[in-house]
Amino acid sequence: MTTITKKKKIVQMDPTDLVQDLLKKYPTKVARKRAKQIMVKEAEGAETPEMGANVRTIPGIITMRGCTYAGCKGVILGPTRDIVNITHGPIGCGFYSWLTRRNQTYTETDAEENFMPYAFSTDMNENDIVFGGEKKLKQAIREAYELFHPKAIAIFSTCPVGLIGDDVHAVAREMKGELGINVFGFSCEGYKGVSQSAGHHIANNQIFKHVVGTKEEIKVGEFKINLLGEYNIGGDGFEIDRILDKCGITVISTFSGNSTYDQFATSHTADLNTVMCHRSINYVAEMMETKYGIPWIKVNFIGAEATAKSLRKIAQYFDSPKLTERVEAVIAEEMPTVKLAMDMVRPRTEGKTAMLFVGGSRAHHYQELFKELGMRTISAGYEFAHRDDYEGRHVIPEIKIDADSRNIEELEVEPCAESYNPRKTPEEIKKLEESGFKFKEYEGMIPDMPTKSLVIDDLNQYEAEKLIEIMKPDIFCAGIKEKYSVQKLGIPLKQLHNYDIGGPYAGFKGAVNFYQDIDRMVNSKVWSYLKAPWQEKPELSATYVWE
Amino acid sequence: MTLLRHTPTEIKDRSALSVNPAKTCQPVGAMYAALGIHGCLPHSHGSQGCCAYHRSALTRHYKEPVSAATSSFTEGASVFGGQANLLQAINNIFTVYEPDVIAVHTTCLSETIGDDVPQITEKARQEGKIPDGKFVVSASTPSYVGSHVTGFSNMVMGTLKGFAAKTGKKNGKVNIIPGFVEPSDMEEIKRLAAAMGVKTILFPDTSGVLNGPLTGEYKMFPDGGTTVEELRSTGDSIGTLALGEWASADGAKYLDSTHKVPCKILDLPIGLKATDRFIDALRLISGRHVTDLIAHERGQLVDLISDMHQYFYHKKVALVGDPDQVIALTEFLTSIDMSPVHIVTGTPGKKFEARIKELTADSPFPVNVKAHGDMFLLHQWIKNEPVDLIIGNTYCKYIARDEDIPLIRHGFPILDRVGHQYFPTVGYKGGLRLLEKILDALLTRIDRDATEDQFELAM
Repeated sequence: MTTITKKKKIVQMDPTDLVQDLLKKYPTKVARKRAKQIMVKEAEGAETPEMGANVRTIPGIITMRGCTYAGCKGVILGPTRDIVNITHGPIGCGFYSWLTRRNQTYTETDAEENFMPYAFSTDMNENDIVFGGEKKLKQAIREAYELFHPKAIAIFSTCPVGLIGDDVHAVAREMKGELGINVFGFSCEGYKGVSQSAGHHIANNQIFKHVVGTKEEIKVGEFKINLLGEYNIGGDGFEIDRILDKCGITVISTFSGNSTYDQFATSHTADLNTVMCHRSINYVAEMMETKYGIPWIKVNFIGAEATAKSLRKIAQYFDSPKLTERVEAVIAEEMPTVKLAMDMVRPRTEGKTAMLFVGGSRAHHYQELFKELGMRTISAGYEFAHRDDYEGRHVIPEIKIDADSRNIEELEVEPCAESYNPRKTPEEIKKLEESGFKFKEYEGMIPDMPTKSLVIDDLNQYEAEKLIEIMKPDIFCAGIKEKYSVQKLGIPLKQLHNYDIGGPYAGFKGAVNFYQDIDRMVNSKVWSYLKAPWQEKPELSATYVWE
Repeated sequence: MTLLRHTPTEIKDRSALSVNPAKTCQPVGAMYAALGIHGCLPHSHGSQGCCAYHRSALTRHYKEPVSAATSSFTEGASVFGGQANLLQAINNIFTVYEPDVIAVHTTCLSETIGDDVPQITEKARQEGKIPDGKFVVSASTPSYVGSHVTGFSNMVMGTLKGFAAKTGKKNGKVNIIPGFVEPSDMEEIKRLAAAMGVKTILFPDTSGVLNGPLTGEYKMFPDGGTTVEELRSTGDSIGTLALGEWASADGAKYLDSTHKVPCKILDLPIGLKATDRFIDALRLISGRHVTDLIAHERGQLVDLISDMHQYFYHKKVALVGDPDQVIALTEFLTSIDMSPVHIVTGTPGKKFEARIKELTADSPFPVNVKAHGDMFLLHQWIKNEPVDLIIGNTYCKYIARDEDIPLIRHGFPILDRVGHQYFPTVGYKGGLRLLEKILDALLTRIDRDATEDQFELAM
């Protein structure tokens, strides 16, 4: 049985030997497969081998991953407040995706719709599985409409729905006709694809097909952007909105933190798409460029420096001296507080090490914050990324499409006859690019990692324990499933999917929060209590204490 | 601002839409029961999202590591069957994690395609994928049947089917199936039996597994849990006490019919009367006297009820949770002259409503009760007839806030508080704790609402 104790640092292992050590216990086939997903980051300029990613999870190997439904309903549609999201399936899936992701949302008044605290399900029973659930689904949609009169109703398919062949899209079309509101479905059965990533894709495709561009309402604003791939965990989106607002930049829509139906519907009126989580949404940015002529850039609001850099990049795009000046003024105003907090904490965090195994982009972005604390990331990896998230977008043409990716729909997009409007002329684009500005560029995580660090895709529980045993990080970042097994070893675990109770961590105020939370976690006295005094000095003594 | 602002007061029948469920699915209950076997790795046969969700739900509730593996179905496995995945999983699990037992439960997916887990397990055995002295047990737990409570019951059954044996030689022990309760409750049940000198086999037993210490050591298989040896021995016990009909009766009946171990089905020992019946049953089945210590604890509970009775009388309560839990709570509340008026369980089963009606027959108020109901309905009932207190899981906090009613967290899941994994609510001690919580909630409310002239030091 596995019993692992945190031991004192004795050996400094070569990363290549460490990889061998990680693989030692696996059956041959498993070891061969895992070897392709574990890489040592080579020195600058040297070639890091091709990263194995977005491949099937090995049965029986305890994975951190979730499923397609979780990616679709939980991640993408979860943070949207005014769509009634009905899970079509037995009760479990709807129950587990009910409020557990800490998506916050804000409405001004009770008159605005907010269905986020509700879980809607068809709660399929045996009869529905045997005789089909379409009738029940239609009735559920009618009941939802009668009760709530929402703008839109979305249907999410769970595993058995796909198996018994319920046609959720046909039901959606029919109900759209009957009720006169937008009703659309997602074929996001849990078994599709190899991780949550497939669910993000399915969700975004349907939002793009059924909602984006359906309203021509023009929001007033001089510098209008969409923020893509930001989910407002712990209020991140609120902080980013605060900063952008202060700079005079108008957010037309956020995909999909604190979002509404109308935001999606009018998102095609923005003049720039900024992409936070490359993994979950890069294809939406691509499609919006093709269909509406909106260019996109990669941004990152995790880390104070990264936030400043992203703001400057947006200002550079709009090429307005007024905006540039405003952005510089905001950075100048916000930074001193951040610096102060950083300088307070840094003596206690400097030189410490971190490991990050989360999601799509967070395992990359959060390395910025650790850098600001003087901490080194010794190992990192994604739970559901593809090769481009590791190696950069230039590898996209080389990625082999396998059976599991092939069943995820790729939308064919053409310029929209009414709304296509290139925001910049080719000359303007060229001029910007010549000045070093990069459109649709993401270099991936690997180039930013320190030399000799370990990059691991789809880390599992066994490897996590081994990594901790050998490398002894001062903090480990992952999710709730990993939290307590890591902490039993005396290593604090920061959840970066849900942030524990903390956040926001984005933007300037978020950076301050993060510094303080990490300081608390790596310097908490609790980690010194693991051994009782009598375990430290087990020898017996026969003297009387009062002598 | 109200959070559940779209919940109307007017109640309309719904035949298809479930809103804010008061139950979840079978596999999570099966996973919880399997964690009560020593050295066991639960395994979810289906796509990996189920396992991820169940591990997350249990981790959030217990704040402890919950390890479990999955067959990680993709589309191919869903079409061609999951045999290859499960065979590979069994091999990988025994090689990498070295558990004593793998407890496999099915999901919607594997059930719908018709995978036969016992047959696949047999194949794994023939192919040498199950090392000597290691075991695979299983339960059928499609999510479109029952609830997490019946899933728990099915895994208890599956495990007993896999292990219970009869040698013909009695072991002098009493089997106790404690029901879907907290690790702290399981610990308390063991303590009470031990205090009476009764030797027991408690299964499942998650104490020490899901409320383990922090020592700087990580054990994938903690020290707690019912051992394989004990599980085998359940067929030789002198009797079985099943606590909670929904979660525990089937396992007890199985031991009775298969191995002639007589059983008695009791309510969960929550509150005075149910604990009395539990202690009395222990006495009768084992032939041991009730000790002074237990009589003393009982007296303390009666004392507190009498001291604080003025705060309980005819206070209205809304209850939501698992049937075994809610039945026991209803009896306890009624016995201290409180009045449960809205009672919902998500788990299907008509028997529940009959039992609640029986327990609340002399209630001074009309009583709403629904099996296979949801928390949306409960909320609507509360809007129509407000209550003084809500007892239910964490999700009730939205109703409690909107309607400004005190809430006591009880049941599964509790995501936003601790204590449930350490402090029992079963037994007389558990009764004291429940009363303390009820009183705190009611008195805090009185303090909060008191005007300056009414604000008093002693209450």
